[in-house]
Amino acid sequence: MSTFLQSLLIAMRALRVNKMRALLTMLGIIIGIAAVIAMVAIGAGASKMISDQISSIGSNLLLVLPGSRTSGGMRGGSGTTQTLTYDDARAISAECPSVAAVAPTVRGSGPVVYGNQNWSTVINGVTPDMLSVRDWALESGRNFSQSDVDGATKNCLIGQTVADNLFGASDPVGKVIRIKKIPFTVVGLLVGKGQSPQGQDQDDVVYVPLTTAQRKLLGSQSPNLVGAIMIQARSADVLKNAEEEVTALLNQRHRIGPARDADYTIRNLSEILAVSEQSSKVMSMLLGAVASISLFVGGIGIMNIMLVSVTERTREIGIRIAIGAKRRDILLQFLTEAVLLTTCGGIIGILFGIAGAHLVGTLVGWPTLVSLNTIVIAFAFSAGVGVFFGFYPARKAASLNPIEALRYE
Amino acid sequence: MSEVVCLHEVAKVYTMGEERVEAMKDVSFTVQRGEFVSIMGASGSGKSTCMNILGCLDTPTRGAYHLDGVNVGELSANDLAEIRNKKLGFVFQGFNLLARTTARENVELPLVYGQVPAAQRKLRAMAALERVGLVGRESHYTNQLSGGQQQRVAIARALVNEPSIILADEPTGNLDSRTTVEIMTIFQQLNSQGITIIMVTHEPEVAEFTGRQIIFRDGLVITDTRQAGRQAAATDEVAGP
Repeated sequence: MSTFLQSLLIAMRALRVNKMRALLTMLGIIIGIAAVIAMVAIGAGASKMISDQISSIGSNLLLVLPGSRTSGGMRGGSGTTQTLTYDDARAISAECPSVAAVAPTVRGSGPVVYGNQNWSTVINGVTPDMLSVRDWALESGRNFSQSDVDGATKNCLIGQTVADNLFGASDPVGKVIRIKKIPFTVVGLLVGKGQSPQGQDQDDVVYVPLTTAQRKLLGSQSPNLVGAIMIQARSADVLKNAEEEVTALLNQRHRIGPARDADYTIRNLSEILAVSEQSSKVMSMLLGAVASISLFVGGIGIMNIMLVSVTERTREIGIRIAIGAKRRDILLQFLTEAVLLTTCGGIIGILFGIAGAHLVGTLVGWPTLVSLNTIVIAFAFSAGVGVFFGFYPARKAASLNPIEALRYE
Repeated sequence: MSEVVCLHEVAKVYTMGEERVEAMKDVSFTVQRGEFVSIMGASGSGKSTCMNILGCLDTPTRGAYHLDGVNVGELSANDLAEIRNKKLGFVFQGFNLLARTTARENVELPLVYGQVPAAQRKLRAMAALERVGLVGRESHYTNQLSGGQQQRVAIARALVNEPSIILADEPTGNLDSRTTVEIMTIFQQLNSQGITIIMVTHEPEVAEFTGRQIIFRDGLVITDTRQAGRQAAATDEVAGP
């Protein structure tokens, strides 16, 4: 331990003598580490944003959409026909063991009016389960109850964007708004969810009971039809099972067989988003890899300067060996010096990297995330660069012939 | 008196490319404890090679070198470093002090490699500096000292571990005649305190200060003479700074 401390003192003295050179040598490591920290922070920020969006949709979700209609040999696109019913939703809820909650929806749009304010928005007919399926909480008021759905009441829940546009800062709960000229009582205000992964404003929405929407607002449709069914599986592990159960059930209910194409499609939302999360991870690894190239270049700079330093101090090495320094002592001395250089550079680089990430976050508006993990790894890596690139010069110093070293001018 | 150094038929052969250079051919001599020996000879005579072997910086090709009864030829590199550290003190022509380092820190250096605790290092370094008359200069950086003073720091460094021998390689080669006398006076004083000194020089007048002269030529010892009444260095210059 005392040997190490001694090497540290000698190394610090050696670096103090050549401050400018030490700083310039460190610069490579500083830039390298700062780049790694900033790049990884940007990458991690992006991937956190995506995973936040995934959880904003709700977790372990399946989305059942109506299929296409085929008329005269022409196949329409997805959703060209209405094939899903409220009864399908109830059957899924009752018969699929891997399913935790089912939320059938119908979707329309129209103007909503409060006082002299009006706003056009999305109007969704939903059941009480919708909020739990989408992991959505209420900021104030209450959720629908089953009696709202059964009785087709004229109650509604509104999203933050709608509340902002109609009510400004005042509390909307208990107020009466007009949706397509029909008065509805606002019973709950949803908390803000922000953008969906597709960039849509999820808060620009009004929820009404499913039956109310079917019978009174979107009246042209047959009363039992639903636009889509959202299904939450009990856990991520049984998501696949849930998908199979739902498929089997719907095939049976819709009499889908080898002779007849399915008239619905099931989408696994979490899976789609997991792919985009994966791609953002790959992206951040790529950024990190590019940044580590500059760290590598910095390491070569360290090696270069250490070799120069060994040559310059050949005589000093000779003196040290002559008065009893062992090879190990010399090796340790130069290795310590290299590691001291890189770790000092590493610490400065970490500070610059954090500052850089913060700057990008505030100026460009990208989300950045500096984790303690990254910092620890970056520090360890800078020390590793010191050992790796310092070893060869240090070994060269330790293997000098003392007789020649003492004669070196 | 006991033998400190015993060279028995020591030879050193260098191979430089195709050429074989016999720097030393069967050199044998012994040095008793408390002797002050000068080794002389022209350049290429083998005296430097002899010095390197005596200093455990080099190993003989043939023959045996016993230092304090230990056969140096059988030791590992780490053991040799240990011997250089504990049993030998070096004084060089070019002083070979560490730059940008204080006198005391230079003297402490062998103790650093000898794992001596810091407090004790300081005490011993100060005692060694006192023996060479440099009290008050311990915090000076080496470049702030004159040549004679630097050489005295080097002598203090050689002394600090209480070595069996001090090996001096042309210690006065870079000094003027007055300073030469100063340094030789210190060597004589240390020798009179019982320290064994072996010094390489090519100046006969410097060799006159020693008690025994070994002269090398072509890798062989040609004369080995003891002089009873060695020349005393002027005593009034000893204490001077």
